Amino acid sequence: MSFISSKELAYRIRCHALEMTNRGGTSHIGSIFSMADIVAVLYADVLNVDPANPRKPDRDRLVLSKGHAGAGIYAALAERGFFDPEQLKTHCQNGSILSGHVSHKGVPGVEASTGSLGQGMPMAMGMAMAAKLNGQKHHVHCIIGDGECDEGAVWETALIANQYKLDNFIVTIDFNKIQSLAPVEETIALEPMDDKWRSFGWHVIRVDGHDHDALHRAYDEACAALGGGKPVVVIADTIKGKGVSFMENDVLWHYRTARGEEYDAAWKELEAQKP
Amino acid sequence: MRDTFTRCLENYAREHKELVLITGDLGFGVLRQYIAEFPEQFINAGISEQAMMSMAAGMALEGKTVVVYSIGNFPTLRCLEQIRNCCAYHNVNVKIVCVGAGFVYGTLGMTHHATEDMSALRLLPGVKVYAPADAVETEAVMKVFLSEPGVAYLRIGRGGEPINHEEGTLADYATGKALEQFSGTDAFILTAGGILPDAIQASKILAQQGKSVGVASFPTIKPLDEAYLSKLCQQVPVLFTAEEHTIVGGFGGAVCEFVAGQKDNRARIVRIGLNDTYCATVGNQQYLKAQFGLDAEGIARRVMSVLDGNE
Repeated sequence: MSFISSKELAYRIRCHALEMTNRGGTSHIGSIFSMADIVAVLYADVLNVDPANPRKPDRDRLVLSKGHAGAGIYAALAERGFFDPEQLKTHCQNGSILSGHVSHKGVPGVEASTGSLGQGMPMAMGMAMAAKLNGQKHHVHCIIGDGECDEGAVWETALIANQYKLDNFIVTIDFNKIQSLAPVEETIALEPMDDKWRSFGWHVIRVDGHDHDALHRAYDEACAALGGGKPVVVIADTIKGKGVSFMENDVLWHYRTARGEEYDAAWKELEAQKP
Repeated sequence: MRDTFTRCLENYAREHKELVLITGDLGFGVLRQYIAEFPEQFINAGISEQAMMSMAAGMALEGKTVVVYSIGNFPTLRCLEQIRNCCAYHNVNVKIVCVGAGFVYGTLGMTHHATEDMSALRLLPGVKVYAPADAVETEAVMKVFLSEPGVAYLRIGRGGEPINHEEGTLADYATGKALEQFSGTDAFILTAGGILPDAIQASKILAQQGKSVGVASFPTIKPLDEAYLSKLCQQVPVLFTAEEHTIVGGFGGAVCEFVAGQKDNRARIVRIGLNDTYCATVGNQQYLKAQFGLDAEGIARRVMSVLDGNE
């Protein structure tokens, strides 16, 4: 167990992200909120990572392939002790190293820089491939978006990971059902999602991406399945903008920044959810 | 060049267990021996260049030296953004190899003509670009290509290219060094890649017409041999660049960019290559080179025309 509960960490990620996007005038709050519980469960209870030794060789790796939600990772790492949460105030400010799309340069705990969709997942696969070749036992995690599944490289990766039986590789899909301009099913339909991944040879787990008990069980199952000859995908059903009622399930909050009354209202809602 | 590449790669892989070769499902007949000897250091990523290149970066982040092999434009233009974001920005040990420089696959059509790759790769910060002319240059370049840290690109022909240097004379080749074949007083032809023997032959033709034209090969086009160029551009009135590649942004472009920044009285630069065009006809390499004036006669004609003041 971590020093704080996954629920507390998810709460802090959302609070930081609201503040960071407000201060920076940046977007993607909906995408950060949809994956906040996933990221919190991973960093609080699943990943073997050590803030005192961020590069220790046997650490689990996590690559955020949906790099636009990078504020969520920065917040999680800061709260997990990788760097001072005060540094989050520089997010997207002039001269800051904390870019809108997640960057690894100078940021302890970030494994790879992403932001162009469909690239973080195959990078993470390369880490899993290297671990296999090296005989290392750590796990490689990757979080991808649902809209990101429009990218051909996602499916190239799905094929290669199956071919090479990368059973040290866990991909979580933040399936929030809304992409940049419209709902996923109206853009490039992805359902039946489970069947797609199963037919690609992956061990498929579907879970409510906001239910922490269910997420813990899902990652218990995922970790137990590792070593079984298949890569694992956790398809997490989530709600875009989860945590602030007027942001939820609204495509507007892919790009909009909460300001003024909206910012105050969002804060009020988040504070009411403090565990 | 191709056989030299595989021999050097095998020798390196024997000594460096961290080396992994990834192919995009190409290299039948070329990589067979490597695959047989180093099954633990080989991955076929299938026909998936984008995932392949990102995967290579991920492996390199874990300490591997990853050689990515393919032909034509597949390991470069097809996955250029992956090279930029995943490889170059992360400054990892990914070594990209393209077999089929220029019109090597001339009969296969324009999709297989690698005629913009040097421009594209030299755009990317931190990426070294090598274009050796023959097997001797390839062997010299392979040492630095594989052992120096960071992302590098190697562009080679298919094989059977004429040899322009004595075996073993380039053993201590350093990245970024130009190789002067011989000097001249009227002009120099600077080459990148397998066009070197055409330039040498062109110089001989020009000598018969009373012109003294030197020739130098640039096995590395990035970083460019700036010390050599800065001296040379004050020595002769015209520098010609020759490449089996577009003249836009490639080797000739690189020379222009550098020389334009030099002091007054510098040489004029004339670029010989594909003049911002695709090739819609097919033919073998020598045929297509001649069509675009990139054989010895074509290069000699162009040099003479400039030196005669006709253009």
